[in-house]
Amino acid sequence: MSTLGTPTPLAVVEENIPNERARRRGARTIRIRGSRPGWIVYALLTVVFATGAFPLWWSFVIGSGDASSLRRPFTWIPGGNFWSNAASVVTNPAVNFWPALWNSIYSSFLIAAAVVITSTLAGWAFAKLKFHGGPALLVFVVATMAVPQQLGVVPLYILFAELGWTGQIGAIIIPALTSAFGVFWMTQYLRQAVPDELIEAARVDGASMLRTFWTVGVTAARPAAAMLFLFTFVGAWNNFFWPFIVLDRQNPTLPVALSLLQSNYFVDYSIVLAGVILATIPLLLLFIFAGKQLVSGIMAGAVKG
Amino acid sequence: MTTTASRPETRAQTPEAPRQPRVISFSQRLSKWDLKISPYLYISPFFIMFAIVGLFPIAYTAVISFMDWDLVRNSGTFIGFDQYIWILTQPHFWTALRNTFSIFLLSSIPQLILAIFIAAVLDRNIRAKTFWRMSVLLPFVVAPVAVGLIFTAIFADNFGLVNTWLGNLGLEGIPWHKDPFWSHVAIATMVNYRWTGYNALILLAAMQAVNRDYYEAATVDGAGPVRQFFSITLPSLRPTLIFVIITSTIGGLQIFDEPRVFDQFGRGGAGQQWLTITLYLYDIGWGQWNFGRAAAMAWILFVIILLIGLINLLITRTLVRDEGLRRELTKRQEKELARQAKKGLKEATR
Repeated sequence: MSTLGTPTPLAVVEENIPNERARRRGARTIRIRGSRPGWIVYALLTVVFATGAFPLWWSFVIGSGDASSLRRPFTWIPGGNFWSNAASVVTNPAVNFWPALWNSIYSSFLIAAAVVITSTLAGWAFAKLKFHGGPALLVFVVATMAVPQQLGVVPLYILFAELGWTGQIGAIIIPALTSAFGVFWMTQYLRQAVPDELIEAARVDGASMLRTFWTVGVTAARPAAAMLFLFTFVGAWNNFFWPFIVLDRQNPTLPVALSLLQSNYFVDYSIVLAGVILATIPLLLLFIFAGKQLVSGIMAGAVKG
Repeated sequence: MTTTASRPETRAQTPEAPRQPRVISFSQRLSKWDLKISPYLYISPFFIMFAIVGLFPIAYTAVISFMDWDLVRNSGTFIGFDQYIWILTQPHFWTALRNTFSIFLLSSIPQLILAIFIAAVLDRNIRAKTFWRMSVLLPFVVAPVAVGLIFTAIFADNFGLVNTWLGNLGLEGIPWHKDPFWSHVAIATMVNYRWTGYNALILLAAMQAVNRDYYEAATVDGAGPVRQFFSITLPSLRPTLIFVIITSTIGGLQIFDEPRVFDQFGRGGAGQQWLTITLYLYDIGWGQWNFGRAAAMAWILFVIILLIGLINLLITRTLVRDEGLRRELTKRQEKELARQAKKGLKEATR
């Protein structure tokens, strides 16, 4: 880079930056686009953020009103009925909110944990161990990522009906315990995160394969495993198609319960949207605490394609 | 560990007994087996589960699709391609196919343009990067069903937010549910709401991987930000754009959650205005309880996805050929150079 060379027009551009921090940063790596953008960029980003947040806020406004609040003129200010609306969602016998919440929590947790374990194991083998048929199997796994879940639901339903598991949460956990994407993700990550020398060193020191996996592989896999856990958790929590098929009113997950909220002929949107907010709060909390990880997970996955 | 403990022993023994190389200590043999079997042990949890809940159902769907499935006996009789023919002769199927493609196009094209735009804005050297990146991702954590319910209220024909605002402006409300096109717009909006930020972050990552020297050079050459965006950023995004297009195709053609909750009946509207392929599949399978037809429908959906995937692949290939053309040009130049060099040589030897 031209930092070391003779002054170029770039250096002049750098001189123009009044911001001290930016200049210091610029001194290390000259970035033409590194200058701080004007207010219009922040205005645009605020609009994007507002577009994302507005439907949620509006749902809260309507969800804290009463049955006629949708007909009243638009307002930004929430009403005072959120808790009573939430209470009528929670006590609605057709919806089974508390079982749905608990089902969503524990099924998503188990699914995410199982996917992380099976994917880390398989990813380690594909990325770092040489075995007959390994590369071909990996290609096969990646290819199955294009298969829609609709292709499996009919036999799965027949299978679970035979076992008497329809309506049971097991019927949504079992099919989700593995993920082709998860294996692909862990393979990609471990391939670049662990140098082969480290594994050889561990082997020379007399570590068994399992010990090598545990001390070298699992340690290195932690950041990627955490992200895989997050994404699988969010995906399982939001999944609707298969749970909607195999579960029933008595024992739903949250999305299934939500869809039942408006299944009456007359729809009271203040109740429906109060339910929506209630069901979204857990993931909003997750987003506040782990949003940063979600962002870097998406961006890391994208670079590798 | 046993292996660690026994290693020094073996080493100590080897020089003493060089004539007995066949005697391999138990731990060594164990280690050999360990090396051979471990990879298969590690992939087995995945593949065993995957075979049961992934591969077997796919194959079995194919079998069922050629059968007339009896729910009571839980078995079927072979009837050949009848289920496929039945589906392909249903007007509902063609409506569903058209709706699915319409929703898919209405969601993916504006979404991509918006996502590129947002990514370009995020790519500037802004303050509080993490905060702004997180802020575009907020809709991603809202469940599709929840998004569907929210926007169903926003797009309600009477008293919905959009129609109320239009009414305030003195305009007539839009028939969001009655008119197929407008119902597709409403459902596409739900998809766009949830996925635009996500795709923007993927594209942002690709933008940040672009070598900043290009921009330096372009600035030196006097190219403005707009020209830089179209001549540097956009061409560098091509592979990532293809990735985003392929994944959103696979997801978009399966759309179910949002149209399912677009009204309280969940059957795609009274006149099938927003009936999608997967909604139709659900209706055949769990509304009419005809598993043979539902299985055939699933395979038809899969074939459609594969076809669209192939078209995507063809596009990718043309892009690769583009690069090849560029190389060919240089090759031609090389040849030209070689010819001139030869001429020069000949002249020199004369």
